[in-house]
Amino acid sequence: MIAAITTLTSLGLLLGMLLSLAARFFQVPDNALREELMELLPGVNCGQCGYPGCGGAADALIAGTASPALCPPGGRALAQSLASKLGRTLEGAGDGPPLLAEIDESRCIGCAHCGKRCPTDAIVGASKQIHFVFQEACMGCGLCIEVCPTECLQLRPQTPTFATWYWPKPVLQGV
Amino acid sequence: MMRLHGFRGGVHPPGQKHLSAERPIESLPLPSRLYIPLQQHAGAPALPVVTAGQRVAKGELIAREHGVTSAPLHAPSSGTVAAIGGFTAPHASGLPLPAILLDTDGEERWIESEPLPDPFSLSPEEVAHRVGAAGIVGMGGANFPAAVKLSKARQAGVHTLVVNGAECEPYVTCDDRLMRERAEAIIDGTAIMLHALQAPRALIAIEDNKPEAIQIMRDACRQDARIEVLSLASRYPAGSAKQLIQSLSGLETPSGGRGTDTGLLVHNVGTVYSAHRALRYGQPLISRIVTVSGGAVAEPRNLEVPLGALVADLLNYCGGIASEDCARLLMGGPMMGQPLPGIEVPVIKGTNGILALTAAEAGEAHPSSPCIRCGRCVEVCPMGLLPLEMSKRAHHEDWLGVQSLGLSDCMSCGSCAYACPSHIPLPQYFAFARGKLAEQRREERKSAHIRALMEQRQARFERQEQAKAEAAAKRKAAKKSRAVVVEEDDE
Repeated sequence: MIAAITTLTSLGLLLGMLLSLAARFFQVPDNALREELMELLPGVNCGQCGYPGCGGAADALIAGTASPALCPPGGRALAQSLASKLGRTLEGAGDGPPLLAEIDESRCIGCAHCGKRCPTDAIVGASKQIHFVFQEACMGCGLCIEVCPTECLQLRPQTPTFATWYWPKPVLQGV
Repeated sequence: MMRLHGFRGGVHPPGQKHLSAERPIESLPLPSRLYIPLQQHAGAPALPVVTAGQRVAKGELIAREHGVTSAPLHAPSSGTVAAIGGFTAPHASGLPLPAILLDTDGEERWIESEPLPDPFSLSPEEVAHRVGAAGIVGMGGANFPAAVKLSKARQAGVHTLVVNGAECEPYVTCDDRLMRERAEAIIDGTAIMLHALQAPRALIAIEDNKPEAIQIMRDACRQDARIEVLSLASRYPAGSAKQLIQSLSGLETPSGGRGTDTGLLVHNVGTVYSAHRALRYGQPLISRIVTVSGGAVAEPRNLEVPLGALVADLLNYCGGIASEDCARLLMGGPMMGQPLPGIEVPVIKGTNGILALTAAEAGEAHPSSPCIRCGRCVEVCPMGLLPLEMSKRAHHEDWLGVQSLGLSDCMSCGSCAYACPSHIPLPQYFAFARGKLAEQRREERKSAHIRALMEQRQARFERQEQAKAEAAAKRKAAKKSRAVVVEEDDE
């Protein structure tokens, strides 16, 4: 019996060591393109694209199963940079203005759940006080909406201000 | 007499200055309420220093500058601050801007001030500082704080001050009237600015469609050998700073550079006049001269208006507008002016004209048709750009293409649209492209900001975890030592 135990233990140790060495020396580096895509993606893992986190989205982009305009928080700018990185064209996707979270103050009960959930610390407010979303820090991932017990959070297009308004594109037949 | 060099391109729109050129400057009766937007200048908005219900004297500071490129605001009349809140901006968007609402009391009670020193006994820095403290900004429409321009120009070693009385926009006659009626004050303001710049020479440039103003200004500056009045051939946009510099010196402002790179600094006559008022009488910039004109205005006039008066007040004083005739309401000239969202918007520091144009004047009868590539826009572009190519790229949203064709050099003078036989709104394409590019830059900045926020949050969580672990370890250690103590006690 002792012989059997010793054999199995030493076999286990030896194979374990071999495996760990193999893992160290034959390691396949992460796809460089994937890393570049991860650098571009917001990295909050909000899941709005339907893939498990930004890593999953990057894999789907590389595999070609996802459109460069898959990321709602990233908006048009991200869609364009993803498309140029992947050498693909954008087909009018991601055109709408980015949607950002907004709190309906009449319904906020100050439960403070949203602030804890927000990946960018864009929501502030003390407990039992009305909360507020800083639009400058909100990326519209929508994670806060899921945790709000009174459904007072909504994603809305940002209203233009004096500083952000610009002339719309002229409407013509052809130029 | 110095030789003029001219500039490339340009157009000859009908001047229409006869409508108001012979009307002397009149003061607008004081409105009962003034609406003073906190952002009337390029740069950061001013910060209010008054509260609702506070009584203010005429010329009292009501909002201070915020940041380096900014300008303070002063009460245009005595009265009570009614509120501080959003009010429609004189801007095509019709969006609100924070504004100070002032109920005037009709007393016109000036703020008490100390006797002023002779401006020429002050240091150049002090003169520039006083110009800035008076809230003076470029009054030709660019609204850039004048003090910032003065001190930068002195550092850049500017040798010539150009006083811009060209007034090349059709209809607008406020500078013409100012030069005809207050020439001595402009000459004195020019001398003060020369002192602030420590520059040896000033040129006053006036388009030759204003012969009376040229004659009066020549007579007024006879005593000062440093100042010369020049008559420019009338051609739009001769009064644009870069084109004016090129006409006078033959030097082209480098792309992306400033006018002062050529050794010349351009200030509007209105700005120079305001500097005179600030340094001689201690009066900040609280009023300006506005031309109210256009085919739909009953009696075109030149008015001296307190800042914050509503366009409606001005139009009423000029006999009102026939609303069925008025096809377009503009702030500024017809070439570069802003369409207004309504008549309930205030006059600001850069408002040189209020125009109510009929459909025939505004050219609204012509719908746009496709570009025939005639190249007229290229011929008239004073910046030497290719408007037809730029607009095509803007239409197809090829932002890199628009930028590579020199969008940043376009000054939106509108010459291309004026010359276009297909009536294509070229400047709107460029404004759209500029807006889109600015939006993209904002988005990029925002995503970088968000990334940093996420990293900070992550780091905070790690710190908290670590702190928790340390606290737990401490508790454990304390418990253990307590246990040891207890054991010792037992022994």
